Amino acid sequence: MTLEHMSEEGSELLRVEDIDVAIDGREILTDVNFRIDHGEFTGLIGANGSGKTTLFRVILGLQSPVRGRVTVHGEALSRSNRSIGYVPQKLLLDPDMPIRARDLVALGIDGNRYGFTRRTRADHLAVDEMLSAVDALAFADRKVGGLSGGEQQRVLIAHALVSRPELLLLDEPLANLDPGSAQEIISLLHQVARQQHVAIFLSAHEMNPLLPVMDRVVYVANGHVASGTTEEVVRPDVLSALYGHHVDVLRVHGRVLVVTGPESDEGSTRADHPELVVE
Amino acid sequence: MTNAWISGTIVAVLAGAVGFFVVLRGASFPAHAIPNGAFAGAAGANLLGINPLFGLVSFAVMAALGIGVTSRRTRNDVATALSLVLMLALGAAFLTLSTQYEPAINALLFGEILGVSSSEILPVVVLGVCCIVALVVLFRPLVFTSVTPELAEARGLNNTLIETLFLVVLALSTALTVPVVGALLTFSLMIGPPAAARLMSSRPSRAIALSIGLALLTVWLSIAGSYTFNLPIGFFVGTLGAVLFLGARLWGSRRARSLRLVIA
Amino acid sequence: MLRWLLEPGLFANPSVRTALVVGAVVAVVSAVAGIFTVLRGQSFAGHALTDVATAGGAGASLAGVAPLVGFIGGGVVGAGAMDVIGVQRVKGRDIATGVVLGAATGLAALFLYLSTTHSSATGTTQSILFGSIFTVQSSTVPEVAVLSAVVLLTLAAIGRPLLLSSVSPELASARGVHLRTIGLTFMVVLAVSVGLSAIVIGSILSTALLIGPPASALKLVRRFGAGVTLAIGLGLVATLLGIVLAYDSYYWSSSHRGLPVSFFVVVVVVAEFVLSSLIFRWRRARVPVVVHVVVADHPEGWH
Repeated sequence: MTLEHMSEEGSELLRVEDIDVAIDGREILTDVNFRIDHGEFTGLIGANGSGKTTLFRVILGLQSPVRGRVTVHGEALSRSNRSIGYVPQKLLLDPDMPIRARDLVALGIDGNRYGFTRRTRADHLAVDEMLSAVDALAFADRKVGGLSGGEQQRVLIAHALVSRPELLLLDEPLANLDPGSAQEIISLLHQVARQQHVAIFLSAHEMNPLLPVMDRVVYVANGHVASGTTEEVVRPDVLSALYGHHVDVLRVHGRVLVVTGPESDEGSTRADHPELVVE
Repeated sequence: MTNAWISGTIVAVLAGAVGFFVVLRGASFPAHAIPNGAFAGAAGANLLGINPLFGLVSFAVMAALGIGVTSRRTRNDVATALSLVLMLALGAAFLTLSTQYEPAINALLFGEILGVSSSEILPVVVLGVCCIVALVVLFRPLVFTSVTPELAEARGLNNTLIETLFLVVLALSTALTVPVVGALLTFSLMIGPPAAARLMSSRPSRAIALSIGLALLTVWLSIAGSYTFNLPIGFFVGTLGAVLFLGARLWGSRRARSLRLVIA
Repeated sequence: MLRWLLEPGLFANPSVRTALVVGAVVAVVSAVAGIFTVLRGQSFAGHALTDVATAGGAGASLAGVAPLVGFIGGGVVGAGAMDVIGVQRVKGRDIATGVVLGAATGLAALFLYLSTTHSSATGTTQSILFGSIFTVQSSTVPEVAVLSAVVLLTLAAIGRPLLLSSVSPELASARGVHLRTIGLTFMVVLAVSVGLSAIVIGSILSTALLIGPPASALKLVRRFGAGVTLAIGLGLVATLLGIVLAYDSYYWSSSHRGLPVSFFVVVVVVAEFVLSSLIFRWRRARVPVVVHVVVADHPEGWH
């Protein structure tokens, strides 16, 4: 971990500037601008198919933008960016794969190292420490393929964190979890982020569970993005401009409901705005 | 030589017809495994000095029924590969023990146009005709159960029975094909022409006719080539099978492209 | 029992000694390459490589070149072709690959026939298809050793990225691992392993030594490292036992007709697999299914 970029709260970690992304000629995202500071908890909120995973891929360097750039600490991205960890939504894994949870986390340290490496005591300690931080010691020695979705997720988080990144990207971690488990993961992430001085950037299509912990929201709709605090972004005027048609924002018991207005044309239905589902 | 043409024609018709259903049902594994089993059977018969046809048929049918029984449970890629190899190894062992190693092994693995002797031609023809008749009788139920097994079951067809009958017909056809084109090329003959036919037509009756036609073409050309150039028939079968398939692929993609141009 | 196993003159026989050494080396290489093959679900690619290797070996034999060159050359060409066409993850059910491989087999038929008729060498078919370990030239031994070392060193060098990309291409990609390069490197390594084992067990049967011991090992262990060790052990047992039994089989009948090494190796490999499958099932039946009860702490309201 580079010492001169120690997590000073409020200093810039990631900046996304004027990004346009297209896939097979189709425009996915246009004019994306936002930044993430050290230690911040940011939510990437948008419906399914709105381009969240694509944006992550751009940040990870797996997808080239048509325009614009992504910088980390002011410098351009490199492929194996040690500063960014990634937690995919789910591992498509053969249940018989002979990899224990512990082994997968260890691969987080040296999974990309060529050459003849031996794991040191320090490495093993780091693995134990991370497994403990995500509360996964109980199933550390079981095969990854045999774990439940929630357990696997903890292991994936540990895998991403063990190399001490400064930013952790999580792709829809709450998607397949029941509300109770979702809460657990959010608390876990919040806690771990504080302990490990890691900024969190996670994508979701439902922002309510994240409201208590989010410092910043990046709201994506209609190929465009609005970012800022929840108060700044989740407002009728901002969201209407984003969606391109009238949108209402209701606040009920501390929860937010984004509702399309009566004169909504362009055939937008409930399916387009899953956050309309009342909890 | 007449024997070669007769047995070759019967084998081609069978391969084209049975192969059509193999492709339809995605039965790659049986199509790979049964010839290897037949090979072991022929080698065993060779060793014991009995009629090779007997060895071919018995081992092929055993292999087919064995596959039928185990196909209920999930199949493992490794398990299938190992069973294929085991039968080959068994056949090789039998042949090593016999005295006629080199000619026998080449004939059984790569084919021999004179693979069916005059004494065998009659049983071959009889068996072949029986299989063809069976396929004609089973045609509609086979198509139905191959394409939509659940619907077929709902209409009163017994999927298991049809599957077993099909495997037996496949075994018999394989037993007849192996002496002519070789155990290692039987798969090519049973899959290549039907796969090519499917790329050219999606109507079952037309596709199966095409499949038989292409198989006949393959076998006749292979017999002619093998006789003229004095080279193993398996070489021609393998090469022609691949050429036909790739050709059909190209033809199919060009047709799709022209259709796209018409629509767009 | 040991005396029954070790017929007189076993270790005194120089070709047997050579066979044991070569066999052991090849067994180790096959096991290590094989465990990655099984892990990556590329058993069928391995099988496809053996078909191309067969054509290569037959061609080399025809050209008067050492079969090892042909086996490996054919395999490498096959690996390159598969990478170009993109069939790395194709399953065995794929018809296209099967038909195209038929052409390779047909070529092998051609080459074998031509070499049988055009040269005075006998037993070419047997040695190409089913192995020739007892007739390995002593000059081949150093070649085998060097190539095996290259394979093992390469696998050790790319081991961790290869493992990670086999477990999850997504995670590997996110860490900057070049999936395509790793995949191709592995394919070439696999082709060389297949080529090497073709000497011992024949090109047609080398799939057994490649995937059998690793698959058996994986049914019995939980850790990857243990899997590699056990696979090597099982491979060694199969190969060495196969060689010993093949030698012994000359003495079993009065006609002094021995059975090929490859036959015994395949039988032992299959026996290992059946045994490990049974142990796996027995273990699974014994351990009661653990029902995971997740006690969710539902915090009151938002904290």
